[in-house]
Amino acid sequence: MSSDASNHSLGLDVGAAATKAVLLNPDGVLARAVRKSGAHFASAASACLEETTAASGIRLENIQSIVATGYGRRNVDFATTAITEITCHARGCYETFPHAITIVDIGGQDNKVISVTDTGDRRNFKMNRKCAAGTGAFIEEIAGRLDTPIEQLDNLARSATGNLELGSFCTVFAKTELLSLIAHGTPLPEIVKAAFRSVVKRIIEMDPLAGRMVMTGGVIAHNTSIVDLVTEAIGREVLVPKHPQFTGAYGAALLGLES
Amino acid sequence: MADAKVVKIRKIAAAKTMRKLMADHFYELDQAAKEGQPKVAWCTSVGPAELLRAMGFVVYFPENHGAMLGASRIATEAIPAANAIGYSPDACSYMTSDIGAFLQNRTPLSDAYDGITAIPRPDVLVYNTNQCRDVQDWFSWYGDHWKKPVIGISCYRGVGDVTEVHVNGIAGQIEALVDPLEAVSGTKLDIDRLRETVRLSRQCSDLWKEVLETAATRPAPLTFFDSTIHMAPAVVLRGTQLAIDYYNELLAELKTRIADRVAAVESERTRLYWEGMPVWGRLRDLATQFLELQTCVVASTYANSWIFTDLDPADPFRSMARAYTKLFIVRTDPVKERYLSDMIDFFGVDGIVFHDAKTCPNNTNCHHGMPQRIADRLDVPWITISGDLNDLRCYSDEQARTQIEAFAEQLATP
Repeated sequence: MSSDASNHSLGLDVGAAATKAVLLNPDGVLARAVRKSGAHFASAASACLEETTAASGIRLENIQSIVATGYGRRNVDFATTAITEITCHARGCYETFPHAITIVDIGGQDNKVISVTDTGDRRNFKMNRKCAAGTGAFIEEIAGRLDTPIEQLDNLARSATGNLELGSFCTVFAKTELLSLIAHGTPLPEIVKAAFRSVVKRIIEMDPLAGRMVMTGGVIAHNTSIVDLVTEAIGREVLVPKHPQFTGAYGAALLGLES
Repeated sequence: MADAKVVKIRKIAAAKTMRKLMADHFYELDQAAKEGQPKVAWCTSVGPAELLRAMGFVVYFPENHGAMLGASRIATEAIPAANAIGYSPDACSYMTSDIGAFLQNRTPLSDAYDGITAIPRPDVLVYNTNQCRDVQDWFSWYGDHWKKPVIGISCYRGVGDVTEVHVNGIAGQIEALVDPLEAVSGTKLDIDRLRETVRLSRQCSDLWKEVLETAATRPAPLTFFDSTIHMAPAVVLRGTQLAIDYYNELLAELKTRIADRVAAVESERTRLYWEGMPVWGRLRDLATQFLELQTCVVASTYANSWIFTDLDPADPFRSMARAYTKLFIVRTDPVKERYLSDMIDFFGVDGIVFHDAKTCPNNTNCHHGMPQRIADRLDVPWITISGDLNDLRCYSDEQARTQIEAFAEQLATP
């Protein structure tokens, strides 16, 4: 592919928690942006569009394709098309890891396991059940219960030395278990690590996770110790792209370029 | 985003006839309940309807009412009332919505039919546990409430090959219903009338099968969503000439569609199988989404469940026993998987949607590795949608929409 003035593509991943944008052309990524999705998906998408065009100097009329994905994909009225995040994550990951891979994406509201063949075709996918246990929403709930800023959780988990686990499947019951740990004076880092282990358990019970495994999503981007815990649980390497939170937007932009 | 093309569900003209049939059915029940004659029997959807009809009962099917509660979305408002008296949110939501609506003095029948204010009070309630144990609990609640007899058949489960032991066991239970039913109806069973009813029921079943099999054509002239509506006469009027006449009319219309290459889903490109219960409160939304995706859900275990090719007027009790034991729902997983394999071949299915219905484990077949086994053996992709037949509190619209859309994207990839 060769680049020309209009050969640009924007991928917008309007997720439950965050909206991510990747602007690229055939030569590579030009800009990225991320905003909280909040209560106005369209506003978050517009802000990401403005940020990426400003950062890259690319004018809107020179963007030939805008592909929206994520829960709010249908709320982006300036998008040229909408594609599900499952397809976009698969495309984005395969670009970085062009092999047969099993992708685990931990998003704000749901978890996805996507199986991709060595030719990049999607073989299968699964999403978590309606329950939000093990998703970003679970971690937000835990941070709230522990009255701890969410961005501190990863360092806290890394400083833990024990192997505490939560037994409950349900987020509400898990929070009740946390109360019990707090009541018994369990150190905060141990509680956070136990909550992270709970996320890992929810993941590994979704699928056998065969072959090369890739993890993506905002939860992984901000809590890399979860990758370590998954590695420990499955006993082999877990691959993570350089910008795991942007994988869906990246895949969307690539699909736009290819359309 | 540029607006997607607006699509409309293609209407089936015979639906007008069906609406009249259903209205007549409910008015007949309402009148019988008010006047005390003929006697009203409640029957589970795959219960011994032929016997009841042959003995002169007018027959009411609470599961049909349950589906109406779901489709009208009264169910979600009614279920908490049943939960409050001890019927768990995890129990059958047909049962909880029906009992809850009764406690709230509500029924979709009164919205649909002038003059009907309540479900028809039974003189006897007759179940077959082939659907689940909940039907027995459900009927028992009403039996206690109205002080009416609750009788029935306890079916076998996990049936591999249907043997003479099974047939004898169920036939004996059906025959044992005759005495108590005669006590309620006040008339003796006329075996010739039973044979005739079984004959009519078999004919209805054969026509319904033929209707469903039209969807093997490409493009399919009807969808699973059509069949969930048009199956009503096969459920509530089997054993009558009315149902036969109706399916002859419907079949003729579908054959005309085939001849004219009229598709239920415009530009059909993908064909799916639906395994599990419908999501009654989201039928229209789902039908529309699949239309937009140019994806036709061509067949389902659910609609196929009212095909009873074993019914035989020459041997009414034993053939009813055989037909009601050959049901998919009571069979072993290997039998179910062979059946699904046949359906996949016959209908040319590209993928399967498994509906994991929260309150209906008996009609949920994705809990014990079946999707994975079928995918491994037949290389047929699948998804599982978490939801429920009636309780929309268990259903996430956005998650289901995304999964279905992603599945269509996957299957559309050459």
